[in-house]
Amino acid sequence: MSFSSKKDTILIKDVTHTYKTETGLLPVIKNLNMSIPQNSFTAVVGPSGCGKSTLTKLISGLLQPDEGEIYLNGAKITSPKPTVGMAFQNPVLLEWRSIIQNVILPLEIVPNKLTLLEKEQRAKELLILVGLEGFEEKKPSELSGGMRQRASLCRALVHKPEVLILDEPFGALDAFTREDLWQVMHNLRKEEPFTGVLITHDLRESIFLADEVVVLSGRPASKQYFIKVPKSKTPKLDSLYSLKSIDMLKNLRKQIEIAQKQQEENK
Amino acid sequence: MRHILIPLYAIVIFLVFWELLVWFNEWPNYKMASPSDIWPAFWKFKSLFFHYGWDTLWRTVVGLFVAVLCGVFLGMIMGFSKVLREALYPLLVGFNAIPKATVVPIIALIFVGQHDLNTILIAFMISFFPIAVSVSIGLSTLEPEYRDILRSLGASKSLIFWKIALPKTLPEFFGALKVAVTLAFIGTNLMEIVSPHGRGLGALFDSGKTNSDYPLMFAVLIALALLGIGLYYVVVILEKVFAGWAERSTD
Repeated sequence: MSFSSKKDTILIKDVTHTYKTETGLLPVIKNLNMSIPQNSFTAVVGPSGCGKSTLTKLISGLLQPDEGEIYLNGAKITSPKPTVGMAFQNPVLLEWRSIIQNVILPLEIVPNKLTLLEKEQRAKELLILVGLEGFEEKKPSELSGGMRQRASLCRALVHKPEVLILDEPFGALDAFTREDLWQVMHNLRKEEPFTGVLITHDLRESIFLADEVVVLSGRPASKQYFIKVPKSKTPKLDSLYSLKSIDMLKNLRKQIEIAQKQQEENK
Repeated sequence: MRHILIPLYAIVIFLVFWELLVWFNEWPNYKMASPSDIWPAFWKFKSLFFHYGWDTLWRTVVGLFVAVLCGVFLGMIMGFSKVLREALYPLLVGFNAIPKATVVPIIALIFVGQHDLNTILIAFMISFFPIAVSVSIGLSTLEPEYRDILRSLGASKSLIFWKIALPKTLPEFFGALKVAVTLAFIGTNLMEIVSPHGRGLGALFDSGKTNSDYPLMFAVLIALALLGIGLYYVVVILEKVFAGWAERSTD
């Protein structure tokens, strides 16, 4: 891993961030270094409240780090960039718009030369890819939680962002729906390659979806551990129950425990 | 058909009950008018009813319109700026706590003779508060994720307002507007009743009182109720058009 590599889409360099609260300073991220190569997908895991969501805000430019720099394709991030797509645990669909109009939303904001018809076509393409064909004109309230999250993923990708940031997108879904959506993610990656950051609490999810898993230490977060996850062309859920996967999961679990203990001590 | 017939039956039963109550107790019409007294009272003054009814209606609507403009504006600045919210909120609450009936003579003195202006002013003052509060709460409780979705794409503040904050606040706004409609009628009538030589249904009500024409007073009440129902349903229709998405289907 080298910081000079030109192929890194996201480069996080010595980033430190502190929140100012009423009770004093709350350091959340300290000397964090990470890099994510182009079209690679990195999962970030760590104890609750360790600063993972702050990390997504820093990468998307919604927050500026106190110290250090974050680069997107070699350019330093100083403000939000339309080349980023985001999805959260809460799908935050706009209730007054149909599903297809929700997916189009970013295209109404990001400068582009698409006609309305082309925008709708692009949205439809994605909706078909995630299995929401036929639901274009439905309102979000008519869809199940899993379907809403699929629509939210489409919205995050509709403007072909260079970077996709997912902040626990499947956290609120039941286990089987979650597994369905993992497959959807693999389909999406195959058809619409992107560089991604996935924040998650689910270790199985992290090794099933990501090429690399980073464990953050307890608050203030820094990179404590990382593993590369070899990926087959067609990942199957069965692979999660192979000895190799189980070893990885045990290993990650141990790292999380270390991070949790450290966070407790720092309190 | 059912949803027309059931309320209709209810109204008929209510009127019969009222008529019987007056008849059974042998109340004279200066104590309590019966429904059968009301129609003749209306018919006798029917041109005045339409004339004054129109006066009351347009003043209420104009007062409401000003209340919507001011209420939305105040709600917006309180919804977006925490400092202004903290500064304006106690003032607004204090102002709202003053019973508007006490403001009526003050306004009537400030703008002596300006009957239309006075009436509109009271209708406005009594009805803008719920609108301002609902809009400010709607805007300030917008979940941060909604903002972040647009902000992360580089959207400007005004774009976020038009695309998300405004439509998301509409259901609360219409809820408040329904309350404001009723309040505005109270305001209009307060001023019409109190102002000497006034016009409007309130003035007609007052002349019924001075002439001991009790059926006329009751007829005015019914006319006011009809106007109120009409305006309320106009708001309901507007709500269906602009914020119909917020309605959950019942099936």
